[in-house]
Amino acid sequence: MIQTFAFCLFAAVVILSGALTILSRNPVHSVLWLILAFFNAAGLMVLVGAEFIAMLLVIVYVGAVAVLFLFVVMMLDIDFAELRSGFVRYGFFGLLIALILAGELIIATGAWSAGAIELANRTAPISAELSYIEAMGALIYSKYLYVFEAAGLVLLVALIGAIVLTHRERRDVRPQNISEQVKRRPQDAVRNINQPIGQGVDL
Amino acid sequence: MIGLQHYLVVSAILFVMGVMGIFINRKNIIIILMAIELILLSVNINLVAFSAFLGDLVGQVFAMFVLTVAAGEAAIGLAILVIYFRGRGSIAVDDVNRMKG
Repeated sequence: MIQTFAFCLFAAVVILSGALTILSRNPVHSVLWLILAFFNAAGLMVLVGAEFIAMLLVIVYVGAVAVLFLFVVMMLDIDFAELRSGFVRYGFFGLLIALILAGELIIATGAWSAGAIELANRTAPISAELSYIEAMGALIYSKYLYVFEAAGLVLLVALIGAIVLTHRERRDVRPQNISEQVKRRPQDAVRNINQPIGQGVDL
Repeated sequence: MIGLQHYLVVSAILFVMGVMGIFINRKNIIIILMAIELILLSVNINLVAFSAFLGDLVGQVFAMFVLTVAAGEAAIGLAILVIYFRGRGSIAVDDVNRMKG
């Protein structure tokens, strides 16, 4: 009973906030609705016992991706009203595409529940003896180790790519030149002279 | 009782909503990126629901990989957006014609 209630609550809020994400006038509100959608999706995942993915969703999506969106939206000075022109014209087309897609998904679900696809094979069945997080770790670090490494590589490439793309060389400042500093030796920089009395220093 | 069907319906609605978001906000790249995040979220819900109801952990492992790719995609997409805005002072999709030659 409580499970059904929780599911209905999470599902309703995730759909509502998803709709408001794409319909909001202000992109900052859009990002905030997106964060709400992520939280409720995490709730849906907790309900079926996938705590790890739920935590990942909160940490990665809400903590990193949504904050990144928020930063970019607030950093750029954009006339959003101008960008919304043609909302109705594209809206009709979008609705059409969405309805076709929804129909296809319903047909696919119907075909699946009619038993057209054999889903009896299990690659990594959930067992009772291992705890959930233990089983997950065993799977990631053994069977899917290379895929896991590849995921790390994807993140590294994204990290370096984002820095390379957005980094800009500024001409109006004088930054520290570390190689120049390290290369400098005392004999090049310091000069010992026997300064005669009563004369100016020869520079 | 909540079954797999309910989860599939929620994720299908969210997916369709994301696709619709791409179309109705055709000019605003930020909202398009958010709509893509919604689509990937619905895919994740689907994967996790199947994984839980069929008793197979692999779905959750792949949900994690989808999450990774989504994070990378958002970072790169927003970086491109920032440099584009720096050069043009606008992010309207219709203005993106620099690579036409």
